[in-house]
Amino acid sequence: MKENLYKYILGIADNSLVLGQRLGELCGHGPSLETDIACTNISLDLFGQVRSYYQYAAKIKGNNATEDQIAFLRKEREYLNVLLVEQPNTDFAYTIGRQFLFDIYHFLFLTELQKSHDLNLAAIAKKSLKEVSYHRRFSSDWIKRLGDGTEESKRRIQEALDSLWTYTDELFHQTEADKIMVSKNIGVDTPTLKETYYTEVQTILSESTLEIPESKWFQKGGKDGIHTEHMGYLLSDLQYMQRTYPNMEW
Amino acid sequence: MTITEQHIDKELFPILEKVSDPEIPVLSIMEMGVVRSAILEKNMAKVQITPTYSGCPAMDVIGDDIKKALSDAGYTSEIELILAPAWTTDWITPKGRRALEKYGIAAPLSPKADKDVLLHGKQMVKCTNCSSQNTRLVSQFGSTACKAQFQCNDCQEPFDYFKCLK
Ligand SMILES: [Zn+2]
Repeated sequence: MKENLYKYILGIADNSLVLGQRLGELCGHGPSLETDIACTNISLDLFGQVRSYYQYAAKIKGNNATEDQIAFLRKEREYLNVLLVEQPNTDFAYTIGRQFLFDIYHFLFLTELQKSHDLNLAAIAKKSLKEVSYHRRFSSDWIKRLGDGTEESKRRIQEALDSLWTYTDELFHQTEADKIMVSKNIGVDTPTLKETYYTEVQTILSESTLEIPESKWFQKGGKDGIHTEHMGYLLSDLQYMQRTYPNMEW
Repeated sequence: MTITEQHIDKELFPILEKVSDPEIPVLSIMEMGVVRSAILEKNMAKVQITPTYSGCPAMDVIGDDIKKALSDAGYTSEIELILAPAWTTDWITPKGRRALEKYGIAAPLSPKADKDVLLHGKQMVKCTNCSSQNTRLVSQFGSTACKAQFQCNDCQEPFDYFKCLK
C-alpha cells in the first residue's frame, strides 16, 4: 500500500469530514432558516468531496476497505484533521469565523491541488473548487455583515476570531507524509500559501472594520492525530450509527 | 480523462432520455448533461455519469434509475461515476433550460452575471412567474446546494435560481 499517499489523502479529507459534521449539527438549529440551509448545504458539499477522497483512499488501502470504514471506524488518534475544524459551534460568530478561516485556506489549497500529478486528486480538487468558491463567498459576506453590523455582532465576531486565530498556523504545518508528497509533485507545498492566506484574511477583516487578531503562539497537533478535547464528543456523534449498526451503508 | 464530448449510442439515447432528474422531475438526465457517455458492447451498456455537485444525493438514485430503464429495455448495464471533466451548467441543454424555467427555477446566467447577482446584488435574474427582473437574492443557498433563493419584488413569488457552475 502507498502509505504516504493514503495518509496524505486522509489529511485533506478529514478536514472536510469534521467541518461537515460540525455544520451538520446546525441542521434545524441555525439562527435563521436561510443560514440553517446554507450551513447544511455547505456541509453536504463537504461530505460529497469526502466521499470522493475516501473512495480513492479505500482503493489504495485494498483488503476490501470501504469509504464507510475509513469515515466511521477509526480511533481519534487516527483522524488527521487540523484543530480549527473541530472547534465547536459556540455561537453563530464562531461558526462563521471558523468557516471563513478555513474557506480562505481551502480555496488556495484546492487551486494548487488541481495541478497535482496524481490525476484522481487533481480531478477531485477541480470539482470541489467550484463549490468552495461559493462557501468562501458566503463566509466572507457574513464576516462583513457581522463586523460592520451592530455593536454586539462586532464584539462577538471579533471575540470568535481572536479565539480561533491560534489554530490558523497549523493549516500550513507539514507532516512527513506531506513533505514526501510535495517532493513527488502530488502534494501542495502549503507553507508557500501562508503569505497569501494572511493577506487575504487581513484584507477582508479590515473591510469588515475588524481588528487583525494578535497571536502570541499557535496550537497544533491535529495533523499528527493529537486533538483538542472537543474531538471525542464529535466522534461519538459521528460514529454512533456505524458502531451501533455495523456495516449499515451511507 | 478529458472527454468533453458526449458519446451516446443512438440505440440507448431514447431510453436514457426518459430517465428524469429525481429532484427536478420535468428534466431528463440527458438535458441536464450528467450522462457523459453511453456505449453498447454486445448487449452490455456502459454508462458514465458525472455529479452536478459532489454531495448531490441524487446521483445514487440516477444510477439506479438508469440501470432499471436499461434493464426494462433488455440491456444489462454498468454505471461508472466520473469526476473529470467536472460538470458545468453549460452542459444543460437549451431544452433543459426552458424546462427549468417552466418548473419555477431560473436558469443559470453567465459566470460574470452570476457573480454580479450573487455578490453585488445586481438585478438580472428573471422572475419565473412574471418575468420581471426586479428580483432580490434571499439566500445564496436554496433548497439544494446547486440553487440560490430569490424573491420577486413585483409579484412576491419566491423562486430558486440555478447557480452558475463553470
Ligand atoms: Zn414576479
